[in-house]
Amino acid sequence: MSHTDVERPDSGHDGSDTTEVSASEALLVEPSRLSPTRRALTTVLRSRELSIFLVLVAVVVLATTKNNGFLFSSDGWRNFLLNPSILLLLAVGQAVVIITRNVDLSVGSVMALTAYLTGRLFIEQPNIPIVAVLAACLLLGAVLGLVNGVLVAYGGVPALVITLGTLYIYRGIMLTWAGSDRINAGDLPREFLQLGTRSVLGVPLLTILALVVLAIVGYYLYTARGGRELYAIGSDPDAAVLYGLPVRRRLLAAFVLSGALAGLAGALYTARYGTVSSSVGLGIELQAVAAAVIGGVAIFGGSGTVWGAAIGAFLLVTINRALPSLGIEDFWQRAVVGALILGAIVLDRVLAVRQARKLAESRDHS
Amino acid sequence: MSASNAAAPVLVLRDVSKSFGPVVALRSGSLRVEAGSIHALVGENGAGKSTLVKVVAGVHRRDSGTFELGGEAVDFSSTAESKKSGVAVIYQEPTLFPDLSVTENIFMGRQILASGRRIDRAAMYAEAERLFDRLGVRIDPRRPAEGLSIADQQIIEIAKAISLDARLLVMDEPTAALSGVEVDRLFAVARSLRDEGRALVFISHRFDEVFDLADTVTVMRDGSYIDTLTIAETTPSELVSLMVGRDVDDLFPKVAAEIGEPVLQVRGLSRAGVFHDIDLDVRAGEIVGLAGLVGAGRSEVARAVFGVDSYDSGSVSVSGRPVRAKAPRSAIRAGMAFIPEDRRKQGLVIDSSVSRNVAGVIRRGIAKAGLLTSSMENRAAGPWAGRLEVKTSALDMTAATMSGGNQQKVVIAKWLATDPKLLIIDEPTRGIDVGTKAEVHRLLSELAGQGLAILMISSELPEVLGMADRVVVLCEGRITAELDRADATPEAVMHAATHQLEDAR
Repeated sequence: MSHTDVERPDSGHDGSDTTEVSASEALLVEPSRLSPTRRALTTVLRSRELSIFLVLVAVVVLATTKNNGFLFSSDGWRNFLLNPSILLLLAVGQAVVIITRNVDLSVGSVMALTAYLTGRLFIEQPNIPIVAVLAACLLLGAVLGLVNGVLVAYGGVPALVITLGTLYIYRGIMLTWAGSDRINAGDLPREFLQLGTRSVLGVPLLTILALVVLAIVGYYLYTARGGRELYAIGSDPDAAVLYGLPVRRRLLAAFVLSGALAGLAGALYTARYGTVSSSVGLGIELQAVAAAVIGGVAIFGGSGTVWGAAIGAFLLVTINRALPSLGIEDFWQRAVVGALILGAIVLDRVLAVRQARKLAESRDHS
Repeated sequence: MSASNAAAPVLVLRDVSKSFGPVVALRSGSLRVEAGSIHALVGENGAGKSTLVKVVAGVHRRDSGTFELGGEAVDFSSTAESKKSGVAVIYQEPTLFPDLSVTENIFMGRQILASGRRIDRAAMYAEAERLFDRLGVRIDPRRPAEGLSIADQQIIEIAKAISLDARLLVMDEPTAALSGVEVDRLFAVARSLRDEGRALVFISHRFDEVFDLADTVTVMRDGSYIDTLTIAETTPSELVSLMVGRDVDDLFPKVAAEIGEPVLQVRGLSRAGVFHDIDLDVRAGEIVGLAGLVGAGRSEVARAVFGVDSYDSGSVSVSGRPVRAKAPRSAIRAGMAFIPEDRRKQGLVIDSSVSRNVAGVIRRGIAKAGLLTSSMENRAAGPWAGRLEVKTSALDMTAATMSGGNQQKVVIAKWLATDPKLLIIDEPTRGIDVGTKAEVHRLLSELAGQGLAILMISSELPEVLGMADRVVVLCEGRITAELDRADATPEAVMHAATHQLEDAR
C-alpha cells in the first residue's frame, strides 16, 4: 500500500523536467510526491497560524527594542502573558462556534453575569470554596449558552440575530440584578484574588488555566469525531444533514462550550481585577470574534483552528499595549486593529480565489 | 426469524407516495430488490426516481405506503437511521464538505478510532488509498474536497458508500459524470458487491449500462410504478415505450416559427476550468436547446452570457451591439432576460405578491416621481399575468404559496414585462408537475412564435428534442455538437454529450 512514491506513471521523468502543469496537478489531485515530513513542513509553513504568530513576534520585537521593559521587566512579562488570558478563553469558545458557521455575540454579557455572580457568592457565603464558585460560573455560563444553542438549533433563526438578542437580555438581567451595586476587592477572599495574580515558574496561573483549556479544546477539535463534525457542519450544513450527522446536538454543544468558557472568564475577570462594575465585558464579544478571524477562523465556518484564535487574541491585546509605547495615538490604535481584521479577511479571500483558480486550471490540463 | 429474513427481499416498497406542498413528486412508487441482485430503476426525469431514493435514504419521510428492509417494516426519519440499518446512498449531486480533506469526507461521522477514541488519521489515509485502489483512481487522500471535478467528487461519493459496508447500496445516476474507464471500474466493484450477496439499486439514463450491469429493471413514469422486468427478457425499445407511455409530439406542442435575424451572438467565450471557446448564435423566433451532462458547464455559460459570472475572454453581443462582461444590468438593457434554474431562490421574491414580482423589474418605468403604489403595480402586472394564465385568484397572493408551474409562469411574466429580445431559461420545468409542464412548454413555443429568441438549458432530453429548433451539446465545457431539429436524435445528443468520455474509454 505504501508504494505510491515509487510507481508513478511518469516516474521515468526526472522531477525537474516534468512540465509545470503535471507538477502542480500532481500536487493538487494525485497523491503528492513529497515525503510525509516535507509535506508536514509545507503545511506548517503555509499555515495561517504561523504567519499570525510571526506578526506577533514582530510586534513584540519592535516594542521591546523601543522599550526594553516591554517584555524583559517582570511586569512586562507578566502583562504579556496575563492580559490576553481572559480574551483567549472567549476567543476559543468563539472559534468553536464560528467553525460551525454561527457566531456568539452574547459572551460579553454572560461574562458580566458570572463576574457579578462570583462577587455575590463570596459576599453571601464568605466561606464558600473557590472551586464551587468556579463551578457555579461554568454552570451558569453553560446554561446561558444552552439557551442560545436551543434557539439557534431549533429556531432556525441566524445565530447573529439570536445572540444579539441574548446579548441585550443577559446584560439587562445583570443590570437589574446588580443595580448600582459594585463588587470591590474588599468583598473577595484573599486566596481568590491571589488566583488572579499568582505565578508558577514565572507563568501566571490564569494563563496556565487558559492554555490548558486551549489545549483540551484544540485536541478535541483535531482528534475527536465530535470535533471533526463541527467542521463538517460549518463547511456545508445541508451535506451534514444528508450525512446523518447529529447537527443539532453538535450546535448545542458548541454554544454550551462558548457559554461555559465565557462563564469561566467572568470568574477569572473578578479574580484578576477585583472589581466588578456594570460595564464588565462591554464589547469584548467583538474582540473575541476579531481574534478568531485574525487567527484564521473563516467567518463562514468549516476551517481554522483554536490555536489561531488564541494567537489572534494574544496579538490583539499585545498590539493594544505596544502601540502607546511606540508613540502611536489612541485613534490609530483602533484603526490598526481594524486594518488587521480587514487585512485578514482580504488575505483569506485572495488566497481562496487563487486556490480555486489553480484547481480549475489544473483540471483543464488533466 | 433468520431463515425468513434470508428469504425476504432486502428492500420492499409498496405504493409509497410523497408530496411537497401542491407538487406530487411520487404518486405510487413500488420496488422490490432481492439480495445478490443489481436492480435498475429507469424513468424520465421527474418520474419520481430520486424522490423514491430519498425516501429509502431517510431524507424524506413518505406520506403513505409500505417500506420494509430485510422483511421488517421501517420508518426512517433521518439519514443516520438508514445508515445504521445498512443503507448506503450515492446521490445525484455530490454532497461533500469542501473545507475538509477527501479522507475526512469519506469517513465523516464514523472515523476509524485508535485508543482513547482518538481519530486514527494514518489508518484512515491507508483505508482511503485502499478504496481508491479498488476503484482504480488516483486521488490524493489528503487534499481538500474543494475544487475537485464533478467526476472526482462522484468517485469520493462512491468510495464513501462502498466503505459503509452496506447491505443495500443505492446509486442515483453515479455514472453521469464518469469517464469510460471509471465506469468500468465502478461496475466491477458493483458486481463484486453483488456476488457478496448485497443488493444494489442502480439508476441510469444510459440503457447500455442498464443492460450491461443490472439483472432486473423497474420502470417508473409520472411518479408511479409501471412494471418490473427481467433484463434478459426485455429490450431497450420496450423500456422506452414503458417509460414514455405517450407520443413525444403530444407533450411538446411545438409551433413552427419564422426564424429571423440573429439576436444573440457569442464568440470564443472562455473561462479557465469551466468552459472554452463557446460560439453560440440564437436567432429571432428560434429555440436553441443547450444539452449536456451534469457538470458540462451549461448553466455556467448561460450565467456568463447574462453577466452574472465573469469570463476570461470572448465576446457577447445582442442584435450586433456588444454587451459588457459581468454586468447583468447592461444585459437587461440590451434586451436579455434570464430565468435561473432555482426559481425559488434566484428568480422570485418568494414572499412578495405576484404583482410586485412582475412589476419589480419594470418599477422604473411605472413609478411616478420615484414612488410606487400597489395599484400601479397591479395595473402594470395585470395584463402580463392574464396573458400567461397564472392561476391565482388575486394578484396579491404571495409567490411562495403557488405551485412550481405557476411560479415559473410568474417569473416568465416578470421578464416579459421588460419586453426582451432574448430569453435564457435554465431548466424551465424542473420541479414542475408533469401536467403543468406542457403549459410551460406551450408558452415558450408561443413566445418563440412571436419572434422571441430563446436559449433553453435542459437536462431532460425529451424536452430538448421536443422544443428546440437547434440543439447545441456541451461536454466538459466545450461544444461537441450542433444539431438541427431533424438530426437531433437521443443517440446523437447523448453521443456528443459523452464524446470526450467515449474517447477516453
